[in-house]
Amino acid sequence: MKNKNYSAAHAKFLKRNRVRGILINVTRFGLLALVFALWEICAQTELIDPFITSSPSRIAATAAQLYRDGDLFYHIGITLMETLAGFAIAVIVGYAVAVLLYMSDSIRKVFEPYIVVLNSLPKIALGPLIIIWMGTGYTAIIFMTVIVAIIVCIMNTLTGFLSVDKTMLTLMKAMGASKRATLVKLIIPASLPTLINTLKVAVGLSWIGSIMGEYIVSRAGLGYLIVYGGQVFKLDLVMTATIILCILAGGMYGIIALIEKKLTR
Amino acid sequence: MILRFEDVGYTYHTLDGETEALKGLNFGISRGQFVSVIGPSGCGKSTILSLAAGLLTPSEGKVVRENAEFGYMLQRDALFPWRTVEANLFLPLEVKGKNTRMMRENALNLAEKYGLKDFLKKKPAELSGGMRQRVALIRTLAAQPDILLLDEPFSALDYQTRLEVCDDVQGIIKSEHKTALLVTHDISEAIALSDKVIVLSSRPAHVLAEHEIDFGGNNPKHRRECGQFAATFEKLREELGL
Repeated sequence: MKNKNYSAAHAKFLKRNRVRGILINVTRFGLLALVFALWEICAQTELIDPFITSSPSRIAATAAQLYRDGDLFYHIGITLMETLAGFAIAVIVGYAVAVLLYMSDSIRKVFEPYIVVLNSLPKIALGPLIIIWMGTGYTAIIFMTVIVAIIVCIMNTLTGFLSVDKTMLTLMKAMGASKRATLVKLIIPASLPTLINTLKVAVGLSWIGSIMGEYIVSRAGLGYLIVYGGQVFKLDLVMTATIILCILAGGMYGIIALIEKKLTR
Repeated sequence: MILRFEDVGYTYHTLDGETEALKGLNFGISRGQFVSVIGPSGCGKSTILSLAAGLLTPSEGKVVRENAEFGYMLQRDALFPWRTVEANLFLPLEVKGKNTRMMRENALNLAEKYGLKDFLKKKPAELSGGMRQRVALIRTLAAQPDILLLDEPFSALDYQTRLEVCDDVQGIIKSEHKTALLVTHDISEAIALSDKVIVLSSRPAHVLAEHEIDFGGNNPKHRRECGQFAATFEKLREELGL
């Protein structure tokens, strides 16, 4: 915004850019509306069986019913709590572990193979163990969320630390900086973009963890609603919970994108 | 002598074997002198700087230092992009635990004296390559070093900027009465800037010749215009075996 007196050509360029932005947004929402409209029409005219596919109106009715029974925000709250708790623990502990691994080459070498194996292990295989160890309450689900997300958090963060510019590291060394000073003044600020990326990946993984956890155990939450709905063939309930999940996950990602914008400006 | 290398040898150890970088290296720098070290590429020039700064310990011989504070200037400016120019200048103060009001003011005075005043609040990305290297020099000077170690600080710049910046840097170092040790592979740069040029052999490096340079005053530009410039260049080129 250095110069407000744009030339005519530049004003035209800006306008074209703005129009393009609006068009893209309109098309985006239009596409969603179109899918929902088609879905509704097909269900209404029984072109598809609404008992199996549900329909937007039935989803709205189910959500309203859940709300009237006081169940809607109860289930949302439980799942949200599990996801956020798991997310926070995975990110914070993952960061701390990455710092530890970064500080000592030897520790890193020792733990590298364990991390690689844990990363490739399908975490759901630990399901039965987790139930036996931690019961069927939400601690088990939070634990599941943490183990799903934490390994990627550690690996991503560590990669970020290790890819800090070598010249800058030499500079710190030449100034006689301690490991701690190097970490605080250089490594952590330099790897901020990686941290944001890690947060984005961790959001997705946390949702996978919490819903997977709820599939295995649990008596409440959106994952529970989906499993329960599937078992009693209430596909309206399954669809409703799924749509709510989409909205929540999108919202959480949006918050992180907002934080990114704030931090990298 | 503010810095003296006495029969210094240095050997690198890697899993593939050992490399003798320096052997029987002898030279000294007096306070206020601008000394350049030239030599064939890969002859261990940067090793000399690391030894001088005490980042490495010699395998043989010893490096004798007067009680002096060292400042390092690297090939690339290595300015932290998330910090403003001002905050970059304060970095060595923070790291060395010298972040006092006086030191900060001193750094800002240097910045003002050398034309960085209007850039203090800008991010490095907004500056030209030459300006960034100037910021890097002022950053090095901010910690008030007695001797500057310059590791090919101009080699990453394009030719035009390079001429401009190397005269600029030499001028600032001279007017601040600092001692400087520059390693470079650029013969003309060494002649234009230094009071003394040290020619190294290929690996393991030792001193082949030392040349005091005193024509053309202390001004790199005048020096390049001197008749002796070409003659000196030829002589050094021959010694390097190029």
